[in-house]
Amino acid sequence: MTLKTEPFVLNFGPVHPSTHGVYRMRATLDGEVILDIEPVFGYLHRGIEKLAEERTYTGFIPLTDRLDYISSMSNNMAYCMAVEKLTGITVPERAEYLRVIIAELQRLANHCIAIGSFFNDAGAYFTPFLYMFREREKILDLFDMLSGQRLTYNYMRIGGFTQDIPDEFLPAVRKLLDTLPKFLDEYEFFIKENEVLLARAKGVGVLSREIAVNCGISGPVARASGIDWDLRKADPYSIYDRFEFDIPTCENGDCYDRYRVRFMEMRQSLRIIEQAVKDIPAGPVRSDVPHLVRPPAGEAYAHIESPKGELGFYVVSDDSIAPYRCHVRPTSLINLAALREMVRGWKVADLILIFGSIDICLGEVDR
Amino acid sequence: MTVALDAKDIAGRVDGAVPGSVVESTVECILVDAGSLPAVAAFLRDTEDLKFDYLNYITAVDYYSYFEVVYRMTSLVHNHSVVVKTRCYDREKPAVPSVVGLWQTADFQEREIYDLMGIAFEGHPNMRRIFLWDGFPGHPLRKDYLQ
Repeated sequence: MTLKTEPFVLNFGPVHPSTHGVYRMRATLDGEVILDIEPVFGYLHRGIEKLAEERTYTGFIPLTDRLDYISSMSNNMAYCMAVEKLTGITVPERAEYLRVIIAELQRLANHCIAIGSFFNDAGAYFTPFLYMFREREKILDLFDMLSGQRLTYNYMRIGGFTQDIPDEFLPAVRKLLDTLPKFLDEYEFFIKENEVLLARAKGVGVLSREIAVNCGISGPVARASGIDWDLRKADPYSIYDRFEFDIPTCENGDCYDRYRVRFMEMRQSLRIIEQAVKDIPAGPVRSDVPHLVRPPAGEAYAHIESPKGELGFYVVSDDSIAPYRCHVRPTSLINLAALREMVRGWKVADLILIFGSIDICLGEVDR
Repeated sequence: MTVALDAKDIAGRVDGAVPGSVVESTVECILVDAGSLPAVAAFLRDTEDLKFDYLNYITAVDYYSYFEVVYRMTSLVHNHSVVVKTRCYDREKPAVPSVVGLWQTADFQEREIYDLMGIAFEGHPNMRRIFLWDGFPGHPLRKDYLQ
């Protein structure tokens, strides 16, 4: 006697710990094997692009914090760069150095979460996660020093910063530079060759180079698939061309490589911060910008290598004090485009891990 | 450094490959006729020395009298970029051909534009709203949208 079987639809989220926010997907299963998934977005849609049109150029900065709230400073930076490009404002030397230091600290903080939650998804329940959170907290303390906030900083301004850094900031960064590499070594020692992790992540959820390019994937996910593309090198912005650092890439494009790339990137970020802290000049941190910025009619697109990938702002001005149109190039949404290809044929438990290895933030997906 | 190619030069080549496609061109961008967009995009993606294999983003802007759809493409091989635009003047049922067949990254982004700006992409396999629910009145990013 043969049993009659049929595909089964399983719903994940929007409220489920594995979806890193309010992402929802409907997975069609054959037994435990995934045939297809259908993503459902929009649970965190706040209409941020529309809200931009009703605010002044500076007034929109706090809202950019709420896009990818894991790395708010990067959002501030990309938006400010777009408006600076549109208006033709130059940023003082000290502010450029500070932006690099802050952007790289933000990358460290983001990768702490990305790696920590990746191990959560792999089944190492909360121990690796909380060690990473402990280290991230030290970086958040630094940001707290600058802006008085832990998550939504609203610290950058068009043309520089709200205020100069406090005197204790740079010594605190140096202290972090001393302690963090040791922590990373120790962490990697325990995790890197872990048999369970290798069995769960190696060869799982492979994303080929061709599909990655075609799907517009950027950031660590793309570099894990062998795409040597990092905007800090490919299209240097700010003062990244003055620093020595490498772009780590891997070949296989599986979950394990995506974790490895992030880990290697953290070490490179530390290298950049070290050089920037050494060379940072004295001087103003904000150029002479009027209170109400009024860019000439036109449009500009500025992009940065945010911790998750290419984050860009496309701003159109009609010579008024508010943006005529402000479009965010959402790294997280675009990086999800390849998820269907990555999970087909894998099991439900792998779906959680593959999804977690992309590292998305729903604030940026839904906007 | 990603070189922003002179769009006027490329416009000349595009017009040679797809006659009558270029409406206007400046140093920054090429404005093409909506109907010939897929042919232009395929030419830009597949020509060996252009090779725009990476579509950075698609977005749309409402200028009251027309909608402008913006495509920014980059070549990861040659490290250069170009901006292609197209316009549609119909406010009732605006439509532009889809480029999902060329770049899969267009899938979600075209759905987003359809959802928020109301421009339908012909040939898209799943042209439904992405963020807002079915039955939501209007398209919020349009300039004449009233809350």
